[in-house]
Amino acid sequence: MDFTLSEDQQILKATMRDFAAAEIVPMAASLEKREEFPADILEKLATLGILGMSIPEDHGGAGFGSVSSALVLEELAAACASTAVTVSVHNTASAGPISRFGNAAQKRKYLPRMASGELLGGFALTEPSAGSDAAAIQARAIRSGDRYVLTGTKSWITNALVGGVFVVFAVTDPGRGSRSISAFIVEPGMPGFSFGKAEDKLGLRASMTAEIILKGCEVPADNLLGEEGMGLRIALSTLDLGRIGIAAQAIGIARAAFEAAMQHAGRREAFGAPLSRLQAIQNKLADMATQIDAARLLTHWAAYLIDSGAKDFTRPASEAKLYATEMGNRVCYEAIQIFGGYGYSREYSVERYFRDVRVTTLYEGTSEIQRIVIARKLISAAA
Amino acid sequence: MRLELDEDHRMLRDTLRRFAEEEIEPKAAIHDRTREFPLAQFRKCAELGLTGVMVDPDHGGAGMDALSYVIAIEEISRVDASLGVVLSVNNSLYCHPIATFGNEEQKRKYLPPFARGEKLGAYCLTEANAGSDAGSLRTSAVRKGDKYILNGAKVFVTNGIAADACIVYARTDPAATRSKGISAFIVERRFPGYSLGKPETKMGITSSGSVEVVLTDCEVPAENLLGEEHKGFRIALHTLDGGRIGIAAQALGIAQGALDKALKYSKERVQFGSPLCEKQSIQWMLADMATDTDAARLLTYRAARAKETQERYTLEASMAKLFASETANRVAYKAVQIFGGYGYISEYPVERYFRDARITEIYEGTSEIQRMVIASHILKD
Repeated sequence: MDFTLSEDQQILKATMRDFAAAEIVPMAASLEKREEFPADILEKLATLGILGMSIPEDHGGAGFGSVSSALVLEELAAACASTAVTVSVHNTASAGPISRFGNAAQKRKYLPRMASGELLGGFALTEPSAGSDAAAIQARAIRSGDRYVLTGTKSWITNALVGGVFVVFAVTDPGRGSRSISAFIVEPGMPGFSFGKAEDKLGLRASMTAEIILKGCEVPADNLLGEEGMGLRIALSTLDLGRIGIAAQAIGIARAAFEAAMQHAGRREAFGAPLSRLQAIQNKLADMATQIDAARLLTHWAAYLIDSGAKDFTRPASEAKLYATEMGNRVCYEAIQIFGGYGYSREYSVERYFRDVRVTTLYEGTSEIQRIVIARKLISAAA
Repeated sequence: MRLELDEDHRMLRDTLRRFAEEEIEPKAAIHDRTREFPLAQFRKCAELGLTGVMVDPDHGGAGMDALSYVIAIEEISRVDASLGVVLSVNNSLYCHPIATFGNEEQKRKYLPPFARGEKLGAYCLTEANAGSDAGSLRTSAVRKGDKYILNGAKVFVTNGIAADACIVYARTDPAATRSKGISAFIVERRFPGYSLGKPETKMGITSSGSVEVVLTDCEVPAENLLGEEHKGFRIALHTLDGGRIGIAAQALGIAQGALDKALKYSKERVQFGSPLCEKQSIQWMLADMATDTDAARLLTYRAARAKETQERYTLEASMAKLFASETANRVAYKAVQIFGGYGYISEYPVERYFRDARITEIYEGTSEIQRMVIASHILKD
């Protein structure tokens, strides 16, 4: 067992940490307060190659594996969770399926521009009535000559309003069970495509979330991703990989909260000594650090399995996502507790971390879905 | 041992539930967004006696018991936790210490308009560097002829934005250490040298008017000293015992509200071909939420009963506050979970409940302080 990062990974981590401290941390609170999309930060990340980090090198990307991507996302999330989810969705959930299931023409057309940051990508699966139950989507795609005509509503779409390309899932053949759904590469400029209003969210307020409304949206048949009927497989395999990204995001937020709490506990005096001298506070800090380390190990383990070509990494990925996101919520909760009344004020960053981290147990599969996935894998392995 | 409510209290609860849903709830989300202080709703509560629940009718109050008070704060907080704390502060932290420690003159002057809800009271103990460690406060009060001159700044003052008077804790004996040498004063907003700092921008209970109160050579008539000089810290602690029952009731209301919303949603939302409420994962969450909430309610009722029958009820109040506030957070967290993505946006109420719940573990003594209090009591025997 080797728990050390390669030299390249260590350099990557340090570079991202320095970049985040200089370019993101100073902006994060005000972007969040103004609900402003971090366009300038993304531009700088693009020049660093981060918008193409998981895109293969021959299509203009950096060709990072999952461990390296997790390192980057943790650093971004520690500075600004909204930026982290924007980058995660773009890389893993949008460029990812196009890289893995796209044909040569599709990859040539979309990936270089996604890697350069010219096109920001999104992933459109969820619908108002199909959240955890993703297979129940109702958006329809009907073939008509050299086009598909898409009709339906997609909700909670990260990078809506700002994105230039979306992987959209719709039913092509209702009678075929798990092969009834297909995936399409859809651009906002296509006729019949529009965005709904931005959602007013508890956290991640600098990330864009809105509905995508498809009213007879005309998508060229060339933009079918993979084959007809492969949609659910594309979606589920994308989510498996995406879960590492959300786990890393939760770890980054938790680490930022922990570091803020450590600093506060060392400075704030009560009963004649710094808080960090009180056992009640020491217990909290110890629990926080232990849980962050455990979550990171689970996440890097799942990422390592992916990078080493393991066929089935569903259970480790779900375990990482489940544990890291619930840990993230506990740690941010305790960080506020250590800050006391100040933790409840919007002036201090732990208030933002607490709101931001809440969504991580909801999106890309709720904790309940992760538990179902883990249990099924356990039970089928035991059978 | 009777644990159910008697007829009178049940009727009170039913009346207040209807009142809260009809008169208070429609404005709750709006005030949350605009951060507007709910003065109109405070006045409506006054008509039902909720602004001076336990104050003697001779002093303008409703003369009800502590259990009625818990029921009132729970029912209001079940729909609007900001208004819940506004009422709790006026009742527990302003009226109660004046009723208990004030002289006749003070009671005549400073209780009736506040108990009747014509005026609003607040409580000024916390300072920027004295939170959990309240005994280290630095605001000073120096006697000068027939006045005290107060200097200092108080933070996180709930109701501060609209308060007409507040109880201010200040150090009258600079030589005395820590909690000794502190006195309590009734300070009116219109006294020279009283001003408001900037309003706090908070995660939740956004419309409760929290603000900094700045005292710059603030002149307070000597007759406004509450209780004895240098014995203010005792008043502060006694006040907080009652306040904690109020916050326990507020937390209980948040928990019950979040549970009710989640129950309703779980019956409506269909995934995997059946309503959420038919899935064991969701049933477990709902079962835990209901059990926690009932346990919190029983502890809070017990504290209210102790307040009626015992001279001190510090232990019961701390246990109720600790358990109810942690319950509110657990329940609100699970309610968001049951709502899924919809729980994360402001269009649905549980997003607000989740933000509002968080403060209950912090103010009027953090959970850590409650544990210290509880431990010191149980170790004493």
